[in-house]
Amino acid sequence: MKRMIIPVLSLTTAIFLLGITGCKPKNAGSAAAGDAASRVYVAPGKYDEVYNFVSGGFSGQVTVYGLPSGRLLRTIPVFSNDPQTGYGYSENTIPMLNTSHGFVPWDDQHHLEISQTNGETDGRWLFANANNTPRIARIDLTTFRTAEIIEIPNSAGNHSSPFITENTEYVVAGTRFSVPMDNDNGDVPIDTYKKNFKGTVSFIKVDPNSGNMDIAFQILLPGVNFDLSHAGKGPSHGWFFFSCYNSEQAHTLLEVNASKRDKDFIMAVNWKKAEEYLKQGRGQKQKVKYAHNVYSDDTHQATSTIKDEVIMLDATQFPDLVYAMPCPKSPHGCDVDPTGEYIVGSGKLAALIPVFSFSKMTKAIEAKDFDGDYEGIPVLKYESVLHGEVQKPGLGPLHTEFDGKGNAYTSMFLSSEVVKWSIADLKVLDRAPTFYSTGHLMVVGGDSKKPYGKYLVAYNKITKDRYLPTGPELNQTAQLFDISGDKMKLLLDFPTAGEPHYAQAMPAEKIAAKSLKIYDLMKNKNPFVTMGEKESRVERKGNRVDVYLTMIRSHFSPDNIEGIKVGDEVYFHVTNLEQDWDLPHGFAIKGANNAELLVMPGETQTLKWVPEVSTIFPFYCTDFCSALHQEMQGYIRVSPKGSNVPISFSLGKNSDATVEPEASK
Amino acid sequence: MKTKHLSGLQKILVAVSAVMLVVVLFVPLWKILLYAPQYPEGLTLKMYPHKLGGDVEIVNGLNHYIGMKTLHTEDFIEFTVLPYIIAFFALFAIIVLLVNRRGLLNVLFYSFLLFGIVAMVDFYRWEYNYGNDLDPTAPIQVPGMSYTPPLIGYKELLNFQAYSWPDVGGILFFGAGLVLMGAVVLSWIDKRKKRI
Repeated sequence: MKRMIIPVLSLTTAIFLLGITGCKPKNAGSAAAGDAASRVYVAPGKYDEVYNFVSGGFSGQVTVYGLPSGRLLRTIPVFSNDPQTGYGYSENTIPMLNTSHGFVPWDDQHHLEISQTNGETDGRWLFANANNTPRIARIDLTTFRTAEIIEIPNSAGNHSSPFITENTEYVVAGTRFSVPMDNDNGDVPIDTYKKNFKGTVSFIKVDPNSGNMDIAFQILLPGVNFDLSHAGKGPSHGWFFFSCYNSEQAHTLLEVNASKRDKDFIMAVNWKKAEEYLKQGRGQKQKVKYAHNVYSDDTHQATSTIKDEVIMLDATQFPDLVYAMPCPKSPHGCDVDPTGEYIVGSGKLAALIPVFSFSKMTKAIEAKDFDGDYEGIPVLKYESVLHGEVQKPGLGPLHTEFDGKGNAYTSMFLSSEVVKWSIADLKVLDRAPTFYSTGHLMVVGGDSKKPYGKYLVAYNKITKDRYLPTGPELNQTAQLFDISGDKMKLLLDFPTAGEPHYAQAMPAEKIAAKSLKIYDLMKNKNPFVTMGEKESRVERKGNRVDVYLTMIRSHFSPDNIEGIKVGDEVYFHVTNLEQDWDLPHGFAIKGANNAELLVMPGETQTLKWVPEVSTIFPFYCTDFCSALHQEMQGYIRVSPKGSNVPISFSLGKNSDATVEPEASK
Repeated sequence: MKTKHLSGLQKILVAVSAVMLVVVLFVPLWKILLYAPQYPEGLTLKMYPHKLGGDVEIVNGLNHYIGMKTLHTEDFIEFTVLPYIIAFFALFAIIVLLVNRRGLLNVLFYSFLLFGIVAMVDFYRWEYNYGNDLDPTAPIQVPGMSYTPPLIGYKELLNFQAYSWPDVGGILFFGAGLVLMGAVVLSWIDKRKKRI
């Protein structure tokens, strides 16, 4: 018998293994729609239908893709410096990254919002949040450049941002981390969280013409973690909804300690009421410190101003300002449907999706249908504000977008799928697997009053085997779905930059039509502009040397510079004299400790350079500008400290070989 | 006796030509379109009676590679004189109407024809000069290559395809000439009828 054991064992093992491999689910990952290739093919020279703005997550930047092709059109430097454009390295842009903590050249960029008029995307600006050092940026969509960055005081982890009201009246911010307020003593034991830690949401006014941002007020709230938000629209215009978790107020091991309660909240903020209280002067001025940085396309220069005051409204002092709607299991996404009536909360750990009704909420508030309060905030009864629950939608619901046809699309992180459901009857209509673990998803115009629909993009957190391997680090992946029919159809995978979180998209025409081609040299008001080669020069003031340099195909003026000394602070003020589209020139100098400059036609940018050795330094144009690009170069002679070589500069005066060089005379 | 004067139709034609010439003063006479692989959108040079228009600066930026002189309105006496000459012919046409003599109409037409020919010769002359008077130190030198744009029509100049056509003003200018010719022809027809 013993002799039989081994063969029998081997056989059972073999069958067992076979069984396991046989049970492995078939990879449905290639299940693209039959006509997918033709649906995403944008012929050479043809344009995409849609601009897709995608957050860069830990890259700190924003990327722009064309849909349906998934082609990368541009990376916009926002919160991280960018050596290829000189953003954050040039004297002009260094102030953009200034904060109350000094120069912060990196951030974690999570969410985006295109400006809206009447609840529809208008394509004027794109707002972007910085999660780590709380900031909001405004990107000008005529230049695709960061035009403004405002820091948020009394905040840590600006996550529920930069969502906007339906006419871009406000862009909001919210604290992911509750912390002691900036003007309170912050040197407290961490375990005094419940006593000393507070949350805030901030309303930043946006000037309807210039787009300039200014913090209008902050609302002081209980110490919880604010997660995501969306503005009311249509009938719910005037309200803002913020999801929050950690109502347990844990300060350690949150994955356990902040997951205890059955329900956390969606905080409904009546910002119209807040405006009234503000008018009555009932807000409290608080001393804070935050940076406000603005870039001017006239002077080609950013200025950073440190501001020192905000107005705070303590929500517990104004009983009709904020209401808490109970929402199951640590809600994440907080999304308002195109009609403005339904608010979808996505409890990350819930096995259902609650949908709240705005009209029921207002009725419950009128009827004072409260279930006590949470830290002084009235809590509405769950049943009184609930439109209904989507049962068994999938696992790990995160975010919901809408197609304007009464359908909602929710990303499921754990079950790795997109689920389409009907808002009216809360029935699941369709599911599409994603590869893998979708975080955010986006429908074109999907959080506006009038979604464009047609396409949905899922931004996945895990890539694994979707592309050729590139070592341990893989780019994240996005998946494009056609949602024009009853069933979602997978069309395309495309890799993305950084870690995309939320994204925005709108049809291309409006933005494309307003896209700037060149900066008008005649309107260049930079204090260091050089309006032509005749004005190009080098000036010394003490150990500061200003080089007024021009670039035009295919030379610098001047291109021979002498009289610079070791330790001089040299500022190259480089003006691109071209007035033709797509003719940037680059400026790079050997040994520069910062980066290059990439200067657009009609623009002036300044790079600081401190030479440390006495020798000849070459500089050259880095952007292949013309047939004679390789000839676009120059030399700088750096003499030792205390040398008496005078400042001199020239262009086009080739010395005769028989003439003795001036310096050796 | 009557035949010395302008007929009703002739008066209308002369009046029309006067109006056309007045319009010419304000619109471009000629255009040169330049296309290259790098310029799919094309570059345009427009010749007004009094100035150069269009993408002059961009064309000037490119010209230095082949050593062509840069184009500047103030370098051309034509842009000073041309508006006066055109205005003169418009005025002349009005005078013909007032004086009402067929003989004077003939003077107007033939002088206008002469001016047209001189203008085209002059245009060709400065195109030729620009295309051939090249800086000997230019970075790009193609042996035997000159860059005279076509007087009218199409020509390939290195990586550029050049098209030269009359613009609105040029068409009106030709048109005015044709209209005047029509008026002169009407006189001939009258004369013939008389002989018969």
